[in-house]
Amino acid sequence: MRVLLSGNEAVARGCYEHGVRVATAYPGTPSTEILENVVKYKDDVYCQWSPNEKVAFEVAMGAAFGGVRTLVAMKHVGLNVAADPLMTSTSVGGDGGFVIVSADDPGMHSSQNEQDNRYYAKFAKIPLVEPSDSQEVKDFLGAAYEISERFGTPVLFRLTTRISHAKSPVELGDRTEVERKEYAKDTSRRVVIPAHARRLHVKVEERLKAIREFAETSPLNRVEEGDPAVGVISSGISYEYARDAFPGATFLKLGLSYPFPIDLARTFCKRFGTVYVVEENEPFIEEQLKVAGITNVVGHDKVPMCGELNQRIVRESLTGEAPDTEPAKVPPRPPVLCPGCPHRSTFFTLNRLGIGSTSDIGCYTLGVMPPLEGLDTCVCMGASIGNALGLEKAIGREFARKMVAVIGDSTFVHSGITGLADVAYNKGATTVIILDNAVTAMTGHQDHPGTGRTLMGEPTTKLDYVKLAEALGVADARRVDAYDMDAVKTAIQDATSKDEASLLVMEGPCALINRKAWGPPMQVDADECVACGLCLRLGCPAISKDENGKAFISPIFCVGEICSMCAQVCPKNCISVSEKT
Amino acid sequence: MSNEVTNVFVAGVGGQGILLASEILSDVALSRGLDVKKSEVHGMAQRGGSVVSHVRFGEKVYSPVITEGEADILVSFEKMEGLRWLHYVRGGGTVIVNSQEIIPSGLEAYPEGIDGELGKRFPDARLIDAFSLAKDAGHVRAVNTVMLGAFSSYLDFTEDEWRAVIEKRVPPKTIEINTKAFALGREAGAA
Repeated sequence: MRVLLSGNEAVARGCYEHGVRVATAYPGTPSTEILENVVKYKDDVYCQWSPNEKVAFEVAMGAAFGGVRTLVAMKHVGLNVAADPLMTSTSVGGDGGFVIVSADDPGMHSSQNEQDNRYYAKFAKIPLVEPSDSQEVKDFLGAAYEISERFGTPVLFRLTTRISHAKSPVELGDRTEVERKEYAKDTSRRVVIPAHARRLHVKVEERLKAIREFAETSPLNRVEEGDPAVGVISSGISYEYARDAFPGATFLKLGLSYPFPIDLARTFCKRFGTVYVVEENEPFIEEQLKVAGITNVVGHDKVPMCGELNQRIVRESLTGEAPDTEPAKVPPRPPVLCPGCPHRSTFFTLNRLGIGSTSDIGCYTLGVMPPLEGLDTCVCMGASIGNALGLEKAIGREFARKMVAVIGDSTFVHSGITGLADVAYNKGATTVIILDNAVTAMTGHQDHPGTGRTLMGEPTTKLDYVKLAEALGVADARRVDAYDMDAVKTAIQDATSKDEASLLVMEGPCALINRKAWGPPMQVDADECVACGLCLRLGCPAISKDENGKAFISPIFCVGEICSMCAQVCPKNCISVSEKT
Repeated sequence: MSNEVTNVFVAGVGGQGILLASEILSDVALSRGLDVKKSEVHGMAQRGGSVVSHVRFGEKVYSPVITEGEADILVSFEKMEGLRWLHYVRGGGTVIVNSQEIIPSGLEAYPEGIDGELGKRFPDARLIDAFSLAKDAGHVRAVNTVMLGAFSSYLDFTEDEWRAVIEKRVPPKTIEINTKAFALGREAGAA
């Protein structure tokens, strides 16, 4: 059967068909849908969300020790979190097949940087497999497991946003079971004390040579004959763009691009006067060609380094041809906190009180937009708490009263706990606010250790943030109803006035998953409204001005009484629930 | 259909059902035995941001994205979004725009002059009141099916091919509303 699958769905299908038994991840765009789809095969593949990518990696590695095919998936920056186990896992490999999926985000559709994780393969000295569309994703995943098992190495399987999220036809197959290898204690390989590690490093270098030989003739790397005058080398999604930009050219398409098949590339390049190298972001292929003395290549001196490529950019940068188009000037339409979002009360209150925030990665990063403008910093998962403590140590304790750390529930569990331990240990006066919407919201509502449910849908133990804080030594820890504007204000004023660390857990479930609580919309009594604009400062997409400058609430967008933040802030009490429509 | 690739660019605002509409179009093309690629970016679709979906189909499709000046058809579920992506349409292409206005966050009122600019840049753009037609069909959330109907007559698929996929893809309870919405859209958009 032929169906349309996204690249992420194809990874999941590949897990099923290629006999994977364990799959782990922490959600992160553009990788999230991989595990969300693996769970469809939960009778055959055990799968789980881990608190962060490092733990996910270690669980997957443990499963590989246990002798089964295993997969760990993450977004590109997630591999930074998992870089510690990654760098050493490469020398202990040799059990069940182990594939690490990295979904990179060129163009930063939903990321803080556009790092090119192909370099991690080179850095960690492991093979790099790069599919170009969904069918290849599924097929190459099988090839990746064969490489992993044959050479005793983890394999880095690299996707990018336009592979992960683009759909293309895939021929479905059946599952092939892969026998579990019997576990046997092997300290020389799995206990990486220096004496063992020195010997293992030598083996890694030998392994790399062997895989390089393999890559020279692997069917994952292929020459596609065409115009004998135009030669192009490419991989991944860039290959698809290059195919459209140079229809009919001769291609060297790389699917196993590290260790680099240098002899294959050298033979290819000799056939042409100039060879175009088309790759998104970093000159990963180009560098290896040039280091090997192959100089008749044109790549990043013309192809842009920043942002996503497409067929137009490839064509224009290398040939100068492009249709003339001019965009109209249209106001931007940025994403915002949804109507009914429980995070709104915190940012509105901070704004009114003149308090800034070191913030973090999640929906609440959208609190940076006007009119809330509640963020001073946002760097990486968990950075909010350490940043706040650092500012306090640099500028002084009084500064902490005007600068709180704001972090989501899922992000707190991911990498905020150690930050909070640091605040307590090093006697910070930091106020840490957990915006607890009871889900990993930004990536599309995944469970985590604070939600009480597993990926496979089972009820489980639920992390108690207040008890945790108390155990860490933060005595002033409490829960606050995020939809109670007065309570939010009192709690923030109280916590920031103290000379000790505080934890406020602002509780309110994500409005998007709490649809059953939506009611008749709020409405403004236009006769009473004095057009003061205070409700507009909530930055709610449901509230706009009518032709007289008075507030108007869109009945289509408003979620009703469950939120009612606008009614609570209205000084004239002229916002109330409308009659049921 | 020839070896040429057909490019349909679908635009709108998060929450309007853009992704389901482009999914239905892709399935129709797949059921014809064509190669199909469909691309969009997830993560912001529910947060009121500008959302686009690229659908390309033909004998063999490489890139999953449509670039500026390449779209055969631009379908926009919102008026201002139609203007935002207008330069993606090739010369001689087709533009179908829902006249519905959704105020972007950060603005307190809808920007002026959108109609004028749209008319100036693309006089043949077809404006359709999909919101009212969806209401007539039975539910305001059927805007996406109205828009599907509106551009369906510009493609080489039969009404039966469309209906078969729609009936498979929409919630069973809404088949009647969606069938009606598709028919109203097809009538309004017909060339």
